[in-house]
Amino acid sequence: MDYKKLFPIFETHKELAYLDSAATNQKPEKVIKAIDEYNRKFNASPNRGSYGISVEATCQYNQAKGKVAKFIGAKNTEIIFVKSSTEGLNLLANSFSYELTKEDNILIGITSHHSNIVPWQEVRRRIGAELRYIYLDKNGEFDYSDLESKLDSNTKVVSFSHGVNATGILHDVKKVVDLVRQNSNAKIILDACQSVAHEKIDVRALDVDYLVFSAHKIFGPVGAGVVYIKEELIEGTKPLLFGGDMIEFVEEQETILRSGTQKFEGGTQSVEAAVGLAAAIDFVEEIGLDNIKKVEEELLNYAISELKKLDFVKLYHYEGIKKTPAIAFNIEGVHPHDVSQFCDFHNVAIRTGHHCAQPLMKYMGIPSCCRASFSIYNKKEDIDKLVVALIEVNKTFNNN
Amino acid sequence: MSLDRIYTNLIMEHNKNAHNKREIACNCMERGHNPNCGDDITVQLNIENDIVKDAAFIGIGCAISTASSSILMDLIKGKKISDAERIVTNFLNMIKGEELTEEQMEELDEAALLENIKNMPARVKCATLAWNGARVIFEKHEANKN
Repeated sequence: MDYKKLFPIFETHKELAYLDSAATNQKPEKVIKAIDEYNRKFNASPNRGSYGISVEATCQYNQAKGKVAKFIGAKNTEIIFVKSSTEGLNLLANSFSYELTKEDNILIGITSHHSNIVPWQEVRRRIGAELRYIYLDKNGEFDYSDLESKLDSNTKVVSFSHGVNATGILHDVKKVVDLVRQNSNAKIILDACQSVAHEKIDVRALDVDYLVFSAHKIFGPVGAGVVYIKEELIEGTKPLLFGGDMIEFVEEQETILRSGTQKFEGGTQSVEAAVGLAAAIDFVEEIGLDNIKKVEEELLNYAISELKKLDFVKLYHYEGIKKTPAIAFNIEGVHPHDVSQFCDFHNVAIRTGHHCAQPLMKYMGIPSCCRASFSIYNKKEDIDKLVVALIEVNKTFNNN
Repeated sequence: MSLDRIYTNLIMEHNKNAHNKREIACNCMERGHNPNCGDDITVQLNIENDIVKDAAFIGIGCAISTASSSILMDLIKGKKISDAERIVTNFLNMIKGEELTEEQMEELDEAALLENIKNMPARVKCATLAWNGARVIFEKHEANKN
């Protein structure tokens, strides 16, 4: 099956080898059409009007929520739509800042994205709670004895990535959750941005308390993010945005907020983004996650084997470890920005820099690196193009 | 624009040579950072009696930022602050897209050869990182005098 044909952007850019899906996915026709249709047929403010298209918009919004819930094994009433996973993580950190004290500690995976680090630093700044990090073993996975040693009765939050955006490592959520549950009463937050499009997520099976992901990491539009909150925790979790739609009664000095997940959705919700996300989930389910994973695994393995043949490429890859379809690497003596410039000239789009993971880069002992990440619209020729570009970089900079 | 018009001999030489990439005894320092690509360069100047006695930089950067920093150091070393400041201002204006006079371009010497960076938005910050650092140093120096 030629999945590339389902993505219109490759009609516009026929030569493009887009290897930056971990940053953002390209959109299939199905998603583009759904958003277009929404704007042509029933764009209206949801939850407010009692006229035809507003009712329809509300219905579409709620159906999208239901679809997301089913996709990750949650109830409709456990799902909030936010703008992005960054907003979702800020919502959670902000909520915890009301209840944590300076005696408490927060445990973060060192492999976390800045969106799952900086908000917790703000919590620490505001209330003085301690920030601890789970470090890695020599295979790039979490050091579980390190994790265990850092859990105690004052550990209130453990927050980490399922898939590591910079290096593509897929952490063993079950192992982390088991250890946390055995050794603390901490609440567990999982950043599923890099796994939601590649692994079957079941929030009950994973037994996490909160989960976030962004729609644009799973073929959906930018502007939709999801926060899953375990039902019994909803009442105790505080909203981030206050304003319209999340209220019951507003007086001059006092307001009664809505109950359930409705209190988290202040302002006009993006039905357009919700509809796009729903279409993206339909898209994924029609193809099947297993099929997606099969294609991506083949591409990843091909990329690893081809890059291994280039002795000037340093791969940040560990054998026998579970991965998302992403590979991090550097070329000796060449700054990643220059690598990406050469790649651009070969119509190869890779990501370079610190990948919003400066603590991880420092932990790995590198200032920055390159990353190639794959999706179902990639083919082996895209990786071949990358190899050609890298050979040229090496020739130009290292005279080889 | 082809790759060899960006990665010119000038850029590659300065990037490889790195004769200005060293730590010096200095009385003025300014760190510049480009978070998008990871360039992190500190300009070090030793200013005495309003003359840039010595100039160098340390840090990590791409070929463009490394070469541009190195070219800057060659250009302002030994110059009076007023001249160095003028050179820096003209370079930054050139990269912003302003037309310089023939005289101004001549004064920029090797730096004038970086002109085409103005057509590459993704590399402007790389090329100007150290120059903005020097600009800030001169501004602070002026402010301290007054």
